[in-house]
Amino acid sequence: MKFPLYLDNHATTPMDPRVLEAMLPYFVEKFGNAASRNHAFGWEAEEAVENARKQLARLIHADPKEIVFTSGATESDNLALKGVVEMYREKGDHIITGLTEHRAVLDTAKALETKRGIKVTYLPVDKTGLVSPDDVRQAITDKTILISIMLANNEIGTINPMKEIGKIAKEKGILLHCDATQGVGKIPVDVQEMGIDLMSFTAHKIYGPKGIGALYVRKKAPRVRIAPMIDGGGHERGMRSGTLPVPLIVGFGKACELCEQEMPTESVRLAKMRDRLQAGIMKALEEVYLNGHPTQRLPHNLNISFAYVEGESLLMGVKEIALSSGSACTSATLEPSYVLRALGVGSDLAHSSIRFGLGRFNTDEEIDYTIKRIIEIVTKLREMSPLYEMAKEGVDLKNVQWATH
Amino acid sequence: MAYSDKVVEHFNNPRNMGSFKKDEDGVGTGIVGAPECGDVMKLQIKVQGEKIVDAKFKTFGCGSAIASSSLATEWMKGKTLEEAAKIKNTDIVQELNLPPVKIHCSVLAEDAIKAALADYKKKAGQSE
Repeated sequence: MKFPLYLDNHATTPMDPRVLEAMLPYFVEKFGNAASRNHAFGWEAEEAVENARKQLARLIHADPKEIVFTSGATESDNLALKGVVEMYREKGDHIITGLTEHRAVLDTAKALETKRGIKVTYLPVDKTGLVSPDDVRQAITDKTILISIMLANNEIGTINPMKEIGKIAKEKGILLHCDATQGVGKIPVDVQEMGIDLMSFTAHKIYGPKGIGALYVRKKAPRVRIAPMIDGGGHERGMRSGTLPVPLIVGFGKACELCEQEMPTESVRLAKMRDRLQAGIMKALEEVYLNGHPTQRLPHNLNISFAYVEGESLLMGVKEIALSSGSACTSATLEPSYVLRALGVGSDLAHSSIRFGLGRFNTDEEIDYTIKRIIEIVTKLREMSPLYEMAKEGVDLKNVQWATH
Repeated sequence: MAYSDKVVEHFNNPRNMGSFKKDEDGVGTGIVGAPECGDVMKLQIKVQGEKIVDAKFKTFGCGSAIASSSLATEWMKGKTLEEAAKIKNTDIVQELNLPPVKIHCSVLAEDAIKAALADYKKKAGQSE
């Protein structure tokens, strides 16, 4: 095993060496500008870009012409929400999204509220993190111009019923945007079947390079129009100007191709590993709680709370394993995870949550090691925890008058 | 965020981790913080005469909170009640090189010291 171990694949993934190999010729040798129409350098670059566009489109069952390259999923989310609002503002001023969306959607929605006077409905989720299609239906008004719901959550991995939500959107004639950053490449995504009109995704979550993302923009039934946020040379059908980063795009394409080929075996392998990790920890330790949906979740995600143990101290105790926590202490805000709070997880257990994100390059040996170390550190920290001691003495922690600070 | 060496050292080798029986003679117990806030500290002192002869802690919290309380027990041992009352959170910040976002851990430790001292005095019938 090579330390530190990397089990934070929701944050980013290491690049697949095959992706790097595909990219390399496009830095020095094939450096052309894809927009140069008059010479071989440009043609070569354009061909590479169009090939990548096909690779992306195939993975999500779209037409290559429906792919708009951006700098990443955050830009795609911004472009989708702001672009739709600007284009369809006269049709209405209401958008619907969810409480557990990524900050790239939530903060964009908030900006539209304060700067553009848009009304936003933030739908709640159930205790497993699912958005209810019925809630979507009921939130729709005659002023609604966009619904934005994520495919899979970045903290808890819960997969939303996009097909049902897509059906409602179609029926009501409202555009549906989906932030699919965590789902694309990990689970089958079909924009036709799911009724998605706009979809954000990015390369670095699927073993591709950082700095390149895409927005799927439906061309037919309906033809979606969005106002650009960056004006310039009219690249990407005028929706996103700026010289295309050809090496990154080639890498994104290759990453999509690999995901398409390997998803059937990879998702099974990761789910098996994840289940073993979960069972190994839960069998050995009491009062460990799963956050998210028991089955309807990403195959490589595991989010659990260890009662009486604070998340950041747990991470500190297993420094040789890269993990993430919903504890406030790991964020700048001093508030624990808003995603877990939206699920109704108490602040205490939100502070105690750990997110495991498995990936293509993790091994069974690494999982075994992780199980062993997590059990050790949780046991040690519980010995150190006054809460664990009180609970063992039979004190109901809910009834204690805490001296808050 | 990277931790200072001293925080890591206290975290890996906590001093005086454990508990005294709360009703034992000469023991003062201070519990501060709340689970919802992500940190709870329990600090206990054992007093003979005017002197703190032993101290113990248990902490639910981040590494800095654990280190702050570990350090607090180390400093309290051997001090008189009056001397212990003078331990300031800023001393802890300085000793452990706590960054600004972790200052509340040191504040909590100071509160825990005060609470333990007050509890002892109350039990000993010296409460004001």
